[in-house]
Amino acid sequence: MTERVALLVGTRKGLFVLDGDADRKTWDVRGPLCDGWPIHDAIVDPATGAVLAAGGSNWYGPAVWRSDDLGATWSHSSEGLTYGDDGPKIATVWNVTAGPDAVYAGVEPAGLFRSGDGAVTWQHVEGLTNHPTRPEWQPGNGGLCLHSIVPHPTDTDRVWVGISAVGAFETRDGGATWELRNKGVRADFDPNPEPEFGQCVHKLVMAADGGELLYQQNHCGVYRSANGGRQWEEITKGLPTQFGFPMAAHPRDPKTVWTIPLSEPDQGRFMPDGHAGVYRTNDGGDTWKRSDAGLPKEHAWVAVLREAMAVDRLDPVGVYFGTSTGQLYGSRDEGKTWSIVADNLPAIWSVEAAVVD
Amino acid sequence: MADVHLPRSLVALFPGAPRRVEAHGDTVAEVIADLDAQVPGIRNRLLDAGPSIRTHINVFVSGERATLTTPVPPGAVVHVIPAVSGG
Repeated sequence: MTERVALLVGTRKGLFVLDGDADRKTWDVRGPLCDGWPIHDAIVDPATGAVLAAGGSNWYGPAVWRSDDLGATWSHSSEGLTYGDDGPKIATVWNVTAGPDAVYAGVEPAGLFRSGDGAVTWQHVEGLTNHPTRPEWQPGNGGLCLHSIVPHPTDTDRVWVGISAVGAFETRDGGATWELRNKGVRADFDPNPEPEFGQCVHKLVMAADGGELLYQQNHCGVYRSANGGRQWEEITKGLPTQFGFPMAAHPRDPKTVWTIPLSEPDQGRFMPDGHAGVYRTNDGGDTWKRSDAGLPKEHAWVAVLREAMAVDRLDPVGVYFGTSTGQLYGSRDEGKTWSIVADNLPAIWSVEAAVVD
Repeated sequence: MADVHLPRSLVALFPGAPRRVEAHGDTVAEVIADLDAQVPGIRNRLLDAGPSIRTHINVFVSGERATLTTPVPPGAVVHVIPAVSGG
């Protein structure tokens, strides 16, 4: 059976599904789905094939939507997605990620929830909320959100998370206890330049190396860690700026990742000089190569948010990114050349590329 | 028994749910609990931690703004109305 790609595009006004043809050249757009709710993230759960879309309504609160027919019909649930009646109110769900034995949801204010039944019911991972640093967590500009969830590919006891502006954590005991993973990461806005926590991680991703090699795009640079985040090494050199939000890892080559640098936080946070470009490394971040063929070369004052870049697992890999002004771009050659996939969508918050049969 | 009127944007989240529902309860909290028995999950859309009625949801009993403890007399009309906001 021919494999094709379905792009799941979360926006400020609903989820959109773009069904690609076998060549990834033409795309049929469906949406807005999820009744137009703001959607921060969407995935296909490999365990069930269900589309899961995470978000929150200004009126009706947070929920994870589920579709078992690639978006034709939907249900939603927030059963268990609560800190309890005495706890803080949950505003929205920022991230939904499938692990080898569970689905995880990251919420605002920052916390982690786990579902063992495909996002029908949720259980609070209290060990993270009980971390001794919790009273000192401070929000980033986007709120105190848990936005990155990285389950180990085989060891169900190990999960990493990223929280703005707190940093990275890892559990090695299934969520009971968590350790900080911020050594080597700068926090230029902190009087202490290397605090134990308080770093503003923007996106945390895992390379395809089996479970130890991590990368992160941070408010203050780009980093890699060869030991599961115990020590980070800065790899910003070669990029035009240290600031950006998204990061995507190659599905097979652990040394290839993509990032999209943006102008510094006090200089607009858009593509530098209005010239759109994506940067790729093929050597783990030692060097970076810009690609902009097919992207706007002037007056592209656009931004790409943390969840809004994705790769598919075809060969060559397809790379996709969406802007906060509603343009969606794609590359069928691992980011060498680009073309527009859709325009005039609502503000894009997330992009996911699912390969479906 | 209260005559509960629900907004389109709420019933759209529960395929097949009607815009008007008859629900039992002596207070708004009890009426919402009965609604949840008839439309599983609807409580989570209306109530936040506390529990409290969500910030941008308004409940009216016989035309008067209500809280969870507001009494609901037999035959009362209860309106659930989302606040006017957006962009």
